[in-house]
This record gives sequence, structure tokens and C-alpha cells, in this order.
Amino acid sequence: MNPFEVLRFALRGLAANKLRSTLTTLGILIGVAAVILLVAVGEGSSQQIQQNIQRLGANSLTISPSTSGGGGGGGGGGGGFARLLGGGGGGRQQGSGPRTQAKNLTVEDARALADPSGAPSVKSVSPVVTAQSQTATYEGASHVIPQLVGTYPSYFETSNKPVVKGTYFYNDDVMAARKVVVIGNTVAEDLFGAVDPVGKQIVVSGVPFTVVGVLKEAGSSGFQDADDVAIAPLPAVQQSLTGFGPLGQILVQAKSAEAVDSAQAEVTDILNQRHGITGTATADFRILNQATLQETVSAATGTFTVLLGAVAAISLLVGGIGITNIMLVTVTERTREIGIRKAIGAPRGAILGQFLVEATVLSLVGGLLGVLIAVIGAQFTIAGVKPVLVPLSIVLALAVSVVIGLFFGSYPANRAAKLRPIEALRFE
Amino acid sequence: MTGQAPVLDIRAVAKVYGEGETAVHALRGVSLRVEQGDYVAIMGASGSGKSTLMNIIGCLDVPSSGSYLLDGTNVGVLDEVRLAIVRNRKIGFVFQSFNLIPRMSALANVELPLAYGGVKAAERRRRALAALDQVGLAQRVGHQPNELSGGQQQRVALARALVTAPTLLLADEPTGALDSKSSDDVMRIFDGLSADGRTIVLITHEDDVAAHAKRVIRLMDGEVVEDARRSPVGGLPPRLAEVTT
Ligand SMILES: Nc1ncnc2c1ncn2[C@@H]1O[C@H](COP(=O)(O)OP(=O)(O)OP(=O)(O)O)[C@@H](O)[C@H]1O
Ligand SMILES: [Mg+2]
Repeated sequence: MNPFEVLRFALRGLAANKLRSTLTTLGILIGVAAVILLVAVGEGSSQQIQQNIQRLGANSLTISPSTSGGGGGGGGGGGGFARLLGGGGGGRQQGSGPRTQAKNLTVEDARALADPSGAPSVKSVSPVVTAQSQTATYEGASHVIPQLVGTYPSYFETSNKPVVKGTYFYNDDVMAARKVVVIGNTVAEDLFGAVDPVGKQIVVSGVPFTVVGVLKEAGSSGFQDADDVAIAPLPAVQQSLTGFGPLGQILVQAKSAEAVDSAQAEVTDILNQRHGITGTATADFRILNQATLQETVSAATGTFTVLLGAVAAISLLVGGIGITNIMLVTVTERTREIGIRKAIGAPRGAILGQFLVEATVLSLVGGLLGVLIAVIGAQFTIAGVKPVLVPLSIVLALAVSVVIGLFFGSYPANRAAKLRPIEALRFE
Repeated sequence: MTGQAPVLDIRAVAKVYGEGETAVHALRGVSLRVEQGDYVAIMGASGSGKSTLMNIIGCLDVPSSGSYLLDGTNVGVLDEVRLAIVRNRKIGFVFQSFNLIPRMSALANVELPLAYGGVKAAERRRRALAALDQVGLAQRVGHQPNELSGGQQQRVALARALVTAPTLLLADEPTGALDSKSSDDVMRIFDGLSADGRTIVLITHEDDVAAHAKRVIRLMDGEVVEDARRSPVGGLPPRLAEVTT
């Protein structure tokens, strides 16, 4: 009995009951496809989130007012708008209100953070105000920009938004509060189409801005369009759109990846001091560290992926039990046939081989089809996530499905092979 | 060994089913020698232990006590692997209920013992076709068992039993499920095989069938009660002898 012969017998056995073989294969197929696809979805969403975090910019800290604090305290500080951080010692506003009252982030805060003596690890500081949902028009075309950012030039580097066409705006533009703007790709396409936007004038909520540059395309992140933005000098935005209220955020870039943590400590110290926060009082600001955020989130998404994989693995196990069940039924149903085969001299190995190969073929075919379906399925976007196939999950799912076939198939096969011919022949 | 060892040498074989109160003594010490070329019919009432004896001879079952030499080899001490080889090479078994494998063509059924015996595909096919031709079924090789009549199925089973050229051909009521015409066909084949010198042991209830054999053994309650020789071991089987003389 050569292996080819055994395979032929096994295939003939499977073909004798096509429906049953198909259903068993289906069980394994679904299990394998589920494992691969769910892990791919998990991996895809994890990568997407990582990408979103990376968009915050490398080595960056994002400081935003803490919502848990009280109402707007000493915002004011209007006079500082035209001065740049490098200008140094502006009038320090020590907290004049009660200590419990939360203070907003101000340009003065930003300026203090930019002081190299207080914060040696900080490379640059960009104060940020955001005007939401501004309608921009250009020669009849109109587009609602969800986020119009007013900030300093360092923002481009810190937040990882390079310009591909035209230029950034410069410190001069900030000091002169010039109405210039750098627009994202989506805005450019909506307003200008094929026309080169650089040098053109758009009107944002009635205020004319000159387009000086277009941002490099960042791509949609699934939740929001990162290209649907416009960035203008801080004072220009404050003057014409938001007013001279508190800052929305302060973006700090550390000198290097290693300096991020020390920068965070320095920033915390300075802001605690400026906002009069001592001892146990809760801070009225929040610092988002890109690196720690990434760690936390990747840990969370990792758990998520494992969870998805576990759910899918269970379905694979159920598929395996299905194989055992089918093989048991098959063996029982064919006990007489096994008796006949043994009576005419089938060695135990041939019987064992036949049933083992039957089980393995079922699970292998199911596994391969499962891989195929998973690979096809991964080409589509599932629940807003582009699945990313993890090669290891494919290998593992396939291996597990074959092992399941061998393992769960071997029990009934062994039982069949061990029968004495007369017992098998008498079996009803 | 003087001359030839008997093909079959059974010594005080007993078989007990179950134990204690409900134990059934199917065989109570049967001793039997069958020489090469003999043609033996075993008869006896229902439940007298004929099938039990036959299954032991065919290595499908093991005796509770006693020993059994097939072609000079003590079968009782063989392991499972060797037993499979003995069943494959030395024994051809024909059942009352045909026992062909369903959904396999007549040819594939007849090829099966050769496949388990490791014979190459081309040689296998040639021998299987020859065996089917011998039983007069050359025209039906592609049919599956459920497309054949009872008599034809039994002839396929017979072809499967003799395709390996076994030392011993066993048949447990081979005509039990057949009408008289089919029975005659099958018995004629047995007679021909016997004339060719093959050793045959068959079980039957019918005197007509037993009349084909050279020797008739009668069992009762698990014991041999009669052992009558009808014609010499070396000669033609009785029916063929009648025809030729
Ligand atoms: N597997 C078994 N378990 C228990 N008792 C059995 C078994 N097989 C046979 N017997 C008993 O052994 C005795 C002999 O049975 P066996 O089948 O050899 O009879 P037989 O001579 O072939 O009868 P028949 O002519 O009806 O086929 C019977 O009493 C039967 O009930
Ligand atoms: Mg019987």
C-alpha cells in the first residue's frame, strides 16, 4: 500500500458523501477565515490608530486646558499677540484669582515655555487657536473648513505637516498679523480644482486670506480627513475669527525623542507655577505625550486583537469538534466496510491512514479555502477599517486546522483500525 | 515434514462467548485436518458452531483455546501485522451476504486485496480482470454492487476471494442467499477451482450443495459428529467426475 493508494482511498471515501464532507469543510473554512480576518481587522485598526497618533507629530507634547477645572479665569493677555516668543520677557502675569480657579492657556504661558532657561529640553512652542467650521469661498466655489488653525510657523514641523506647494508663513507674517493661509489638500481641491491656489485670495467668513502654500497630503484616517484643514498666523485668526480669547492648545516640541519626558516635566513645572498649582491641587491643564499615548494605545489595541483572535480560535475549535463528530459518524457508519477491508487483508496502517488522510484532507481543504476567503475579504474595508493581514496568523490558522484534522481524526481512525475483523463485520 | 503439511490443522479448538452463567460454548474442542486439494463441506443445524469455526479458520476471530496451524504456521502467535498478511495472501473468504464494498465498481472490489497486498496497478488490473473472467463477469466489471444481481454479486465476491491465489478458499453459506440457478453457477465455479487443485472449505445447509464436496463434516453443538469422505483428495470433485465419466 503506497501513500498514493491511501490518498486515493481517502478521496474516494470523501467523495462517497459529498454533502457531509462539504459541511465539515465549511466548519473549518469559517474558523480559519474568521481567525485570519479578525486578526487582520484588529491589526488594521491598531495600525490606523498608531498612524493617527503619529500625525500628532514626533516628539511632541500637546497641552490643552483641563475640562475638570473651573470657568475661564485670567485669559486676557491681549497685548502679547504681536510679540513673538523669542522676544523674551513679556509681563508675567502671576495668578491673580483664587488658586482653585482654573486658568486658561495663554500666549504668555507659551512664551514662558519657550524660555530656554526654564525649559532646556523644549525645542519650539506653538500656541494654537482653532476656529471650527469656517466657510471659505473662492470665485463662487465654497467649502466648509472644519478646522482653521491659528498658530506659529513652528507648528508645521511639530505637528508633522510639510508644505508641498508654495511656502509656510513666517515669523514676520505672525508679527504683522498678515492674513495668509496654508491650506490642506482637500480644501485646495474643493475650492480650486485644478487651478494652482498659491497666491490666490480666499474669503473665510468674510475675511480675505491669501493662500501661500498647500500641505502635503496626509490621507484620510477613517475618523476625520486630515487634509481638510487650513493653517494661518495666530494673530490673524484671533483678530478676524476667534477673538483674543484663551488658546485652544499649546504644542511643544522636544529637542529629541529622549528629551520628551524631561520636556514634559519642565512644562509641568512651569505651568504649575504660572497657574498657581501646588501640592494636591489638580492641574487645570493636560499634557498629552505622543510617546506614552502610543504605548498605551498599542497595549490596548494589542489586547483587542488578542481578544478577536481568541473568539475566532474558538470557532476554529468548534470546527475541529465538527471534524471529530463527522469522522466518528463516518467510522461508525462504515464499520462493516472496515470489517470487510480487514477480512481481505487490509493492514491496520492502511485503515488508519485512510481515515487520517480523510480527516486531514477535509481540514486542509477547509483551511486553504479559509485562507483564500480571508485574503479576499481583507481587500475590503470592514467597519471603516482596512484589514492588514498578519502572515503569522495565516500560518498558524492553517497549521492549527491541519493539526485539528490529525488530532481529532486520529481518535475515530484509531478506533476503526483496532477493531477485530469479526467485530467490525458483525457491527449493526 | 513428511511430504506436505496439511493446509489446515486445527487442534482441540474451543470457543466460548460471554462468561459465567450466560457463557455460550460455540465450539467444544474441534480437531480437524484438511489436506492440500481437499474440498470440504461443513454441515450442521443452526447454532451448531459452523460460522464460529469458519471465522477462526479465516483468522477473523481467535479461539478461546486450542491451536491452529495454517500451512504449517501457528496462526495463534502472529501479531496483527502478520495476521493481515495471512488474511491477504493465504485466505480467500466468501460470505453469505456478499460483503462487497458499496460505491466501488466490481473491478475495484476485486482489485482491493491486491492493493492491500502491494501489487502494482497494471498487474492488479490484469489479475482482477482475469479473476472476473473466470467467474463469467467480464462484461460487468464497471458495475457497482447495487447494479448487480445477488448471484452476480456473489461471483464478484468469489473473484475477490480467489484473485490473490490463496492457499485456502473459505465460504460461509455462499449460496444461502441465492436461487437454485445462481447457486448452480457459483457451485460450478467452486468445482472448477477444486479441479484446479485449490483447497476449499464451505459451509452449507443444503444437501445439494454438499454433494459437490469430496468430504462432508457434520457439526452438532460445537463438536464434530461425522466426517465422511465422498471421493479421494487427489481426484476430481464428485459432480465433475460424474460429468466426465
Ligand atoms: N458474538 C457472539 N456472541 C455470543 N454468542 C455468539 C456469538 N456468535 C455466535 N454465538 C453463539 O454461538 C453459537 C454458534 O453460532 P454460529 O454462528 O457458529 O452458528 P452456525 O452454525 O453458523 O449457525 P447458522 O447455521 O444459523 O449460521 C450460537 O449458539 C450463537 O448463538
Ligand atoms: Mg452461520
